[in-house]
Amino acid sequence: MARKITYQQAINEALDQEMARDKSVIIMGEDVAGGSGGDGEMDAWGGVLGVTKGLWGKYGDRVMDTPISEAGYVGAAVGAATAGLRPVCELMFIDFMGVCFDQIYNQAAKFRYMFGGKAETPIVIRTMYGAGFRAAAQHSQCLYNMFTAVPGLKVVIPSSPYDVKGLLIQAMRDNDPVIFCEHKVLYTLEGDVPEESYTIPFGEANIVREGNDVTIVTVGRMVHQAIEAAATLAKEGVSCEVIDLRTTSPLDEETILESVENTGRLVVVDESTPRCSIATDISAIVAQKAFGSLEAPIEMVTAPHTPVPFNGTLEDQYVPSPGKIADAVKIVMGYKA
Amino acid sequence: MSESQIVAMTMPKWGLSMTEGKVMEWLVEEGTDLSLGDDVLDIETEKIANTFEALDAGILRRQVADPEDVLPVGALLGVIAPLEITEDEVDAFIVTFLANYVPPEPEEEQEEGSGGYEELEANGYHLRYSKMGTGDKVILLVHGFGGDADRWLFTQQPLSSNATVYALDLPGHGQSTKNIQDGSVEGLAKTVIAFMKALDIGSAQLVGHSLGGAIALKIALIEPALVSRLDLIASAGLGPEINNEYIQGFISTDSRKEMKKLLQKLVADPDLVNRSLVNDMLQFKRTDGVNAALKTISTGFIGADGSQSDIMKEELHQLPMPVRVIWGTKDEIIPSAHAEALPPNVEVNFLDGYGHLVQLEAASEVNALLAS
Repeated sequence: MARKITYQQAINEALDQEMARDKSVIIMGEDVAGGSGGDGEMDAWGGVLGVTKGLWGKYGDRVMDTPISEAGYVGAAVGAATAGLRPVCELMFIDFMGVCFDQIYNQAAKFRYMFGGKAETPIVIRTMYGAGFRAAAQHSQCLYNMFTAVPGLKVVIPSSPYDVKGLLIQAMRDNDPVIFCEHKVLYTLEGDVPEESYTIPFGEANIVREGNDVTIVTVGRMVHQAIEAAATLAKEGVSCEVIDLRTTSPLDEETILESVENTGRLVVVDESTPRCSIATDISAIVAQKAFGSLEAPIEMVTAPHTPVPFNGTLEDQYVPSPGKIADAVKIVMGYKA
Repeated sequence: MSESQIVAMTMPKWGLSMTEGKVMEWLVEEGTDLSLGDDVLDIETEKIANTFEALDAGILRRQVADPEDVLPVGALLGVIAPLEITEDEVDAFIVTFLANYVPPEPEEEQEEGSGGYEELEANGYHLRYSKMGTGDKVILLVHGFGGDADRWLFTQQPLSSNATVYALDLPGHGQSTKNIQDGSVEGLAKTVIAFMKALDIGSAQLVGHSLGGAIALKIALIEPALVSRLDLIASAGLGPEINNEYIQGFISTDSRKEMKKLLQKLVADPDLVNRSLVNDMLQFKRTDGVNAALKTISTGFIGADGSQSDIMKEELHQLPMPVRVIWGTKDEIIPSAHAEALPPNVEVNFLDGYGHLVQLEAASEVNALLAS
């Protein structure tokens, strides 16, 4: 029976159901079980924002607290994955990728290829990303584009409670390394989620709103900003199609191209900084493969090319807003060749 | 001239989950003299597109809703009133209606919607169902292969005006248990019998669609006392032919495009299959255990040669209750020819130009038959 739960509860439920179903699923990370002390207190933590709360009590040692050493425990989890376990390894903030990146891009991502398909690395790295939490420059970045650039990694960026559960279960059942990017601002978002286990395949974008004038391609938290912009624009007579990529690797090019072939106009909304991003990637693909359909230059709505500001007013300006998205849509709508 | 001669035409509620609908197109002009059941305008919901038919006879004096408007259930679409009512009176009616109209809270509506479904345990299964109406007459709607209680979106509520109408999710379907013990028609029939007994239903008008028809028919044969009347819509169990390509495709596909093509085989008008219907079907199929359940059930009524294996046509004549068969002539799943040459105790109704999901495509015709 579907009922309303939060994005955070949907993640917890996906972990819980898959751990119950498959004994090879384990959880590793900083504070995922508890910080210190005895049973009750230890279980009370469940991660820095409480996402894994309750799982240590249920699954005991299958939920492992690790030292503050990402290079060490991410490497250990990669090794465990090659040896038959299915670790869900938590990198508290995506910003910490620097200290463990070798384990991810030069080890986990390479094994299947370098061992002639004989090795599999079924690891999920869950990580928080994104601005809007007043968490300053080192805990607010949007770095999923860096993982998307690496062959051998799958990159998942869910936007809703329904999607986060289905995509996380799919990630745990996948036999390749998956970088699972959760926006911290979405944790409290509520939505309908079935109680049963279900999956959503990778590489299938979700058309969250149908429209005929402009295609807005986006992902993660920005899906909600785009929907808000589209609702405002609809009142002004502009019909936007909003595409939630769900996964940036694999990428559902077909859905993007089909939509642009119908609308003739594209706005890409990406919370990352503008260079070498999902926004530039999608723009390049569409410019190359659907050039003949375009009736206006492609617009990109992104963060500016700066670190995320700590000052609240500046941070609010930094993140792409529905207003900025609507402005970009108006630019492509008003373009005269 | 009294206010009561003016009638508000409002956004219908098609099914439990509908909270709003989008006005697509008016099919009649202002000034048209409407008869009951006339096509008035096209409305698209999250689930399906459909034509709104006049619930009141009279002259359409005003089209209030515009195409592309997305309006909540109960919102004003148009005004019906006799010619002697002046334009000013129509205006005044609209002003009063809008002043008094409170759109349903989306949150509350959700709560109410989910509260509309109930659950029970029967024959080892957890079964979800919805119940509408309070009449003494009891009707039970049994959906077909791959469907769920929502297959009766346009059936359950209209029939509930003078009856208590139940629609359940069969095992392996909707939000009922996915782990199937006995997937045969008889096994499923026994579960529906247990469902009826769990609800203390002494006897009911059984309405079955497709595989649900075969199940209803099986129940009528096993326990005739439970069935006061039997309605078989595009029913399985009446002949060997079935579009097994559809059945196997439905089980195996995980692609939106393929699913859309498959679902379009269910209706004569392919535009009825919109993106949310396709997404709903894929969401259902991506639930753990569903594909295995569908496989088990399909082998329960389709043999290795791809034709139906449980045919009850020869037993129809022995049924003591009234039996009616309804079939769309453009059915691409089970041929309407199965409704030919049935014994004389069976009333046969062909609905011209409709497909397999005739209860959705020709809702008012089917509802009129079911209610008679």
